[in-house]
Amino acid sequence: MNKRQIIIPGDVLSEDVSIAGDGTYVRDGKVCASLYGILSEHNKIRVVPLSGKYIPVRGDIVIGTVKEVTFSNWIVDIGSPYDGLLHISEYPRRINSEDMSKHLKVGETILTQVKELDPMMKVELTMRDRKLKPIRSGRIFELSPSKIPRLIGHGGSMISLIKKETNCSIIAGENGRVWINGDDCNIDFAIDAITKIEQESHIPGLTDRLSDFFEDAKSQKDETDEEYKKKNILDEILE
Amino acid sequence: MDKPEKFITDGIRLDGRKPDELRPMKIEVGVLNRADGSCYLEFGKNKVLAAVYGPREVHPRHMQKPTTAVVRFRYNMASFSVEERKRPGPDRRSVEVSKVSREAVEPMIFTEYFPKSAIDIFVEVLQADAGTRTAGINAASVALADASIPMRGLISSCAVGKVDGELVLDLMKDEDNYGEADMPVAMTPDGEITLLQMDGNLTKEELKKALEMATEGCKQIYKLQRDALIERYKKDIEEHKEEVELAEVVAESEETIIESTTDDTDEVGGLHNE
Repeated sequence: MNKRQIIIPGDVLSEDVSIAGDGTYVRDGKVCASLYGILSEHNKIRVVPLSGKYIPVRGDIVIGTVKEVTFSNWIVDIGSPYDGLLHISEYPRRINSEDMSKHLKVGETILTQVKELDPMMKVELTMRDRKLKPIRSGRIFELSPSKIPRLIGHGGSMISLIKKETNCSIIAGENGRVWINGDDCNIDFAIDAITKIEQESHIPGLTDRLSDFFEDAKSQKDETDEEYKKKNILDEILE
Repeated sequence: MDKPEKFITDGIRLDGRKPDELRPMKIEVGVLNRADGSCYLEFGKNKVLAAVYGPREVHPRHMQKPTTAVVRFRYNMASFSVEERKRPGPDRRSVEVSKVSREAVEPMIFTEYFPKSAIDIFVEVLQADAGTRTAGINAASVALADASIPMRGLISSCAVGKVDGELVLDLMKDEDNYGEADMPVAMTPDGEITLLQMDGNLTKEELKKALEMATEGCKQIYKLQRDALIERYKKDIEEHKEEVELAEVVAESEETIIESTTDDTDEVGGLHNE
């Protein structure tokens, strides 16, 4: 099978059951695809979907919005069919039950982690880690959760490229929400780059194209700067 | 149109098809951007639009199942889809079609992966010309794949009927209205049947023959569904073919280096730099 092949559910991928990975199932001793997506063969045979909803997995870092405050839990929308529950004891500090909505109001956005997940899909969240906190500045950008691995790239290569070029701090939640913090126009720039990734994630050679994208943007910026300078000089002369 | 005297003359049907020939089918994937998956399908003069949402929260809550997802299928005919204006809204026929269509696609979905959630399928018939339920099932199956819902395989569906005492594949309107039998079938690529209905009379031998014809028809439709799904992303990949090949050469030489470095890095990039 050639690289980057598009796979349809039901396609037979291999006879070797031991290499069945995500997006596959075993039928009659053969590995079959269960998803519509792109074939990937690294150790295990997998089908990488091109779209789809976020299904929580234990340990995932996600960005959520507080939907409701109950007696001892915050109910958090994590962009999935299942709501997350953040118990009062999982808040970074010890707080009283009455003060819950003082610390996290309805509508507030938080960076949180999936602590536990049961077969009934009760999702327990935690914020007891230094990196987890309420998000009170910057912007949230939402893309399909299946594109997050592409946004991060091999060992974080893609995301660090965007960070470097835009001077923004970027945190990608596993649920498809991306927190971008920095200068307003830099955020716009970062969002342009992320949109490009989202649209072209299924086409190989993405990193190279993104580098080109940044180079183009830079040369354009230089041009506008020069024009601006010229205009200033002209204005001075006219005065 | 009144009943024609003869449906088949010299082995050619009213619309110029052979007895075992399907009407032309056109499939477009991902036509609705607010749906999780969608498909527009033309099957002869039939025009249907399928949209899939989910897995998502179940409303009303009492419908949810603790261990599996619920699959809901709504087949609806637009009031302008037939010659005489149809009263809008569900009726006895569309409730039945919705039920059998749901039962045709549900066994292919891995519902156990999404407990307490719902997968909603909407099929809207924009223009009808016999065989809308088969067109709806074909479209729904493609839309489900487009929504990246895990499935055992695609479902293909077509009808076999009897006119002038002869079995014919994929009835058109007049053949359906004045024919002797109509039998819609839906099946997996392996030939496992998930829907079989019959209107009219067929003998035992005829039924066997009809099933064989339907299997042949479904195979052809499966190919079209497959091609439509592949076509959707193939264009983009082909447009960038030169870059891709170049990138692949580079990637292959780099692969060994990359793989050794990826193992110890955090999947959620960005956090470690904070």
